[in-house]
Amino acid sequence: MKSRLFASAALLGMLAAPAWAQQSIKIGFISTFSGPQASIGQDMRRSVELAVEHLGGKMAGKPVEVIFEDDQFKPEVGKQKSEKLVQQDKVSFVGGYIWSNVLLASLKTVTEDGDTILISSNAGPHQIAGELCHPNFFSTSWQNDQTPSAMGQYVQNKGVKRIYLASANYAAGKDMLSGFKRTFKGEIVGEDLTKWPDQLDFSAEMSKMRSVKPDGVFVFFPGAHGVQFLSQYAQTGLKATIPLYTAFVIDALSLPQLKDLALGVPGAQSWVNDLPNEQNKRYVADFRKKHGTYPSFYGAQSYDTIMLIASAVEGLKGDVSNKDKLRAELMKANFKSVRGDFKFNANHFPIQNFYIQETVKDSDGNFTLKTVGVAMKDAKDAYYEKCKMK
Amino acid sequence: MTLLIEQTLNGVQLGLLMFLLAAGLTLVFGIMDLVNLAHGSLYMFGAYFCATFTGWTDSFVLGALLALPASLLLGVFVEILVVRRLYRRDHLDHVLATFGLLLIANDLVRLVWGPDGRRIPLPAWLNQPIFLTPDLPYPTYRFAVILVGAAVALFLYWLVARTRTGMWIRAGASNRTMIGALGVNIEALFTLVFGIGAVLAGLAGLMAAPIVTVSIGMGDNILILAFVIIVIGGIGSIKGAFIAAMIVGMIDTLGRAMLPDLLKSFLSVAAANTAAPALSSMMIYLLMAGVLVWRPTGLFGARG
Repeated sequence: MKSRLFASAALLGMLAAPAWAQQSIKIGFISTFSGPQASIGQDMRRSVELAVEHLGGKMAGKPVEVIFEDDQFKPEVGKQKSEKLVQQDKVSFVGGYIWSNVLLASLKTVTEDGDTILISSNAGPHQIAGELCHPNFFSTSWQNDQTPSAMGQYVQNKGVKRIYLASANYAAGKDMLSGFKRTFKGEIVGEDLTKWPDQLDFSAEMSKMRSVKPDGVFVFFPGAHGVQFLSQYAQTGLKATIPLYTAFVIDALSLPQLKDLALGVPGAQSWVNDLPNEQNKRYVADFRKKHGTYPSFYGAQSYDTIMLIASAVEGLKGDVSNKDKLRAELMKANFKSVRGDFKFNANHFPIQNFYIQETVKDSDGNFTLKTVGVAMKDAKDAYYEKCKMK
Repeated sequence: MTLLIEQTLNGVQLGLLMFLLAAGLTLVFGIMDLVNLAHGSLYMFGAYFCATFTGWTDSFVLGALLALPASLLLGVFVEILVVRRLYRRDHLDHVLATFGLLLIANDLVRLVWGPDGRRIPLPAWLNQPIFLTPDLPYPTYRFAVILVGAAVALFLYWLVARTRTGMWIRAGASNRTMIGALGVNIEALFTLVFGIGAVLAGLAGLMAAPIVTVSIGMGDNILILAFVIIVIGGIGSIKGAFIAAMIVGMIDTLGRAMLPDLLKSFLSVAAANTAAPALSSMMIYLLMAGVLVWRPTGLFGARG
């Protein structure tokens, strides 16, 4: 799964200005393009390509080259591919990273290189927001704890007293539970961490949920696992009896499979496809025109990754060789994010709103997500004070 | 008490599903001495066939019934085209060739069905709980899996223990050279066994599909479990595969269900929450190691 994206605009650029064209802006992008989670990678890739298209294939007049690499959903492969991008392809930026465990394994390879900036388009393990924070690391997503914190706040406000938690047993899954517990103050009557990514059958956990009779269940199962959890939740009859609250279960990628199963199940997110700003309308409309489906938050964050890079490259007139200047320029976040206002905290994670989303049918009968409220406004993550940026 | 019954049913259901997969694997391994890493791919194809046929016919039951002969045809086709050439070679060649098949299968599925997973919608009567007693609801579909799995297990028992074909299969498992010398058509027997294995794997895949959804590589992880089961049960033994699958299903389910609470009784909550998932996913491998020490040929090994 290796390919280069030389937009046709880039070829035109080459004809017009041969001297400039030799120096392209090289961006590596790591995601999952094979296996059961490949649809996430595909959505991110499509959004990156759309962003490059919207930029006319150029940043500050220089052609943009994006090299996509497949982490195969494995930390060790992700690290290896990061090495390849940094050492062999000599890219200036590495974006992407769906999975926290893959990002943690690859972090130092990219940030300690000295010539490369890492921009996470999804994963946000708490270590990197706190003690492992690094000048060469930026995020256009969130810190893992934040989305479940938003959901915890929502559940707390609803007056739910007793809750059951279930999550995937890896770096992000543990962050999700601590994030939820930070805002939910009621009683936690049960907690399960399931084997990741092997466990697809949640019968034992669901039987336990039924037996303790909680007021609600909160779960984190990203990608394909979320579809499996929700199908089984309905089959056991739990969906009709115990309300379900989610983080990273229902998104534009799982909805075509979940369909009406997702109705009435709220989730939280820092981006929803209906956010009313101009750049988001353009992104969603053009994505739908090109691919016929709604983009997911994974895609939106990847789109922002490219737009952030473009803003810094434009600000420096195409010269990214001075890394101090480059970092300062990135820090300004001088671009129009699809989630509206965008600014960085001291640890290079965004300060942003989190929304509660629900599933609805659009005018064509497709299932999609709708913003129903703001759970947290201008939220900072809980770890930035631990970050001693060198 | 109802929780314990419910968890036992969960364990039985998982065990039966694993048995269907392991039975085919143990037959092929035991009788043909073939290490088939692509057995999980047959499981995956069963699920994809069922998804497609369910889409065409709008009925899960019809889709499942059509997927079975399709799995048989696929198994026979693969046996004649590839596997047949491997019998005379050593295990390393088997592993190489069937691992290649596994990779090809995953990419073929991506080509034909795309990278997205599929959810097979169940008819309404299967998609709700039934009440086994007034306070014990259980998913109808999982209950149906138990019934079908048990029926297939009985049928296999009858086939292997009571019929002439079964006698050849048993003879083949204990001494391959001798059964050839006695004039049994080994080639046809092998194709038949591989076909049966494919149907069983396909059946397991299509029955698992509504629970875990259909996705690329869905057979790869579960294949490891199937190998654990046939090692515990003894290679070539259907009875061994059945008992080992039941033990593994029970241990896996009850481990997930009870271990966290058990550990909390003598560890701190935080320590128990960290240790329980790790320990419960380790337990079946500990069991396998124990069985190998105690009985290197497995519980019911056909060959000593």
